[in-house]
Amino acid sequence: MTSFIAGQLGFTYGLHEASFEFPQSGLITIAGPNGAGKSTLLGILAGLRSPYRGSCTFAGREVAQWPKREFARRAAFLPQSVRMEFPFTVEEVVLMGRTPYASGWFQTAEDRSAAEEAMTTTDTLAFRGRDFRTLSGGEAQRVILASALTQRPEALLLDEPATHLDLRHQLSLYRLLGELAKSLLVVAVTHDLNLALRFSNRVMVLEDGRIAGDGTPEEVLTAALIARVFGVQATLHGGWMSYEG
Amino acid sequence: MKGSVLLSAAVLVTVVIIAPLLGSSHIELGRAFAGISPDHEIFFYARLPRVILALLGGAALSVTGVLFQCMLRDPLAEPYTLGVSSGASVGAVIAICLGWRATGVASLVGAALVLLIVLGMAVEGRRLSSFTLLLTGVTMNSMAFAVILFLHNLASFSQSFAISRWLMGGLDAVEYPTLAGLALVVVAASALVMAYAPQWNLLAVGDDWAASRGVSTVRLTAMGYIAGSVLTGLVTSLTGPIGFVGLIVPHALRLKFGADHRVLLPCAFLLGGAFLVACDTLSRTVIAPTEIPVGVLTALCGGPFFLWLLKSRRRSLWL
Repeated sequence: MTSFIAGQLGFTYGLHEASFEFPQSGLITIAGPNGAGKSTLLGILAGLRSPYRGSCTFAGREVAQWPKREFARRAAFLPQSVRMEFPFTVEEVVLMGRTPYASGWFQTAEDRSAAEEAMTTTDTLAFRGRDFRTLSGGEAQRVILASALTQRPEALLLDEPATHLDLRHQLSLYRLLGELAKSLLVVAVTHDLNLALRFSNRVMVLEDGRIAGDGTPEEVLTAALIARVFGVQATLHGGWMSYEG
Repeated sequence: MKGSVLLSAAVLVTVVIIAPLLGSSHIELGRAFAGISPDHEIFFYARLPRVILALLGGAALSVTGVLFQCMLRDPLAEPYTLGVSSGASVGAVIAICLGWRATGVASLVGAALVLLIVLGMAVEGRRLSSFTLLLTGVTMNSMAFAVILFLHNLASFSQSFAISRWLMGGLDAVEYPTLAGLALVVVAASALVMAYAPQWNLLAVGDDWAASRGVSTVRLTAMGYIAGSVLTGLVTSLTGPIGFVGLIVPHALRLKFGADHRVLLPCAFLLGGAFLVACDTLSRTVIAPTEIPVGVLTALCGGPFFLWLLKSRRRSLWL
C-alpha cells in the first residue's frame, strides 16, 4: 500500500529529479545540505508548489489535481515556524486545522472534540486560552502539530520541526512523531542526522536536487555517504553520530 | 462572541440616536418630525445625512483596516496603504484645478484607475502576492503625492485652499440618494468580507498555512483587495481621506476582543461607525459654530485612548 508516488519529479528551482514511493505509515526523514531541495520536495508533496515536472500522486491522484479542501483532509503540512502578528489564542490556532471540514461560520461539536483530542495528544490543553505569541518555541511547535492533527490526516508533512527546539524538546517531539507514525505517514525534513538515525524508519538524503540515498537509516547514513554529501567525517558510537569538519 | 457583537451594536445605536440631537443650535425632535422649520431642516437635511455618512464611512474604513492588516500581515497597514485613496485624492485635486464641480466623480475615477493598476501589477500569472500588492500600493501613494504637490504648486490661491480642505478630509451633508447608494455598496461589500471571516483567520497566519488547509489564497486575496478598495475609494470620494480610523479601530478591537475575524469584522463595522459619528459630533460642537476637521479629531481622540489601551493591556498580559 502506498501514499505518495513520485516519478521523475522536478521543480523550477531546488529539485531536479526524484523518484520514490512512500508507504501509508512510518516516519520518513528527508536530510541533505542547504539548497539540496528538501523544502521544495516537501512543498510539492503538500500541494503548495506547482506546477512541477514529472508526476507526484497521492492516493492515486496527481497532487496538483486534488481539490484543495479534500486534499487538506488527508494530508497536513507544518511550516518550519509560524510568525504570528495577531493575538490568536492557542485554541483558535488549533481549531484552524478544522477549516477543510467546515461548512459554515461556526465550529461544530465535532470540531471542538477533534481539537480537544489533538491538544491532549500533544500535551497542550493546559494553555489553550493563552495568546499564541506568548508560547515558548517548544510549546508553539506542539500547538502547530495539534492544529495539523485536527485535520485528521493520513500524511503529516513537517518542515524542520525540531529546528527551534532545545535538546529535550527535540527528543520528545520525535518520540511523539514516532508514535504517530505507527498509524500514519510522517515525512519530516531535518538537518539533524542523529534524530534521523534514531527515530526514522527510512531516510532519504538529497544532494543537489537528486536522491543520493534512500533506505533504512543504517543503510543510508554511512560514513562514506555523509563524507560525500555533507563534506564531514562522521563516526558512529553506540547509535549516535559525531562529526568532524 | 455574540456578546461582543451585541454590545457593539448597542453602542452604535446609542451614538446614532444622540448624535443628530447635538449641535450648534438646539432642536427638538418632536418639532423636527412635525415638519416645523427650522428644526425639520436642521435635523433631516443638515445633521441626519451627515450622521449616516459618518456611520457608513467609519464602518467601511474600519472593516477595510482589519482586512488589509490581515491580508498583508502588517499591523501598520490601513485602508490608505494600498494606494486607492491617493488615487481618489489625485482625481479630486485635478477636478478642483480644472474647475469641475464633480470632485466626487473625479475622485471615484482616480480610485478605480489605481485599483486596476495595482491589481494588474500584483497579479503574475495565476499568482497574487501580497508583497507585490504592498510595494505597488506604496509606490502609487508616493506618485500620487508627487502629482498632488505639483498641481498644488500651480493652483491659484482659492484652488489651493480647496485642495487643502479636501486633503484634510471632512464630512458634509450628502443627498439621500447618494447615501442610499453608498449604504448599499458598504453593506454588501462588508457582508461579503464577513462571510469569509474563518478564511481570513487562516490568511492572517500565513499564505502556506491557509493554502495547506484548503483555502484558495489567491482568490481570497484578490477578493479582499477589491472589496477593501471599493469601500475605501467610495468613502474617500465623498469625505476625502480621514486618517486614523482604519488604523486605530482595528487595533483597539483586537486588544479588546482578540484576533478572531468572526468577531473582529462585525465589531469593526459597528464600532468603527460609532467612533466616526462620535468624532464628527464633537467636531461640530466643541468650538461651535467653528468646525474642527474630523481627521484632526479622530487622531486627537483616538490616539490617547489607544495609548491608554495599549499600556493597560500590556501590564496585564506581558506582551
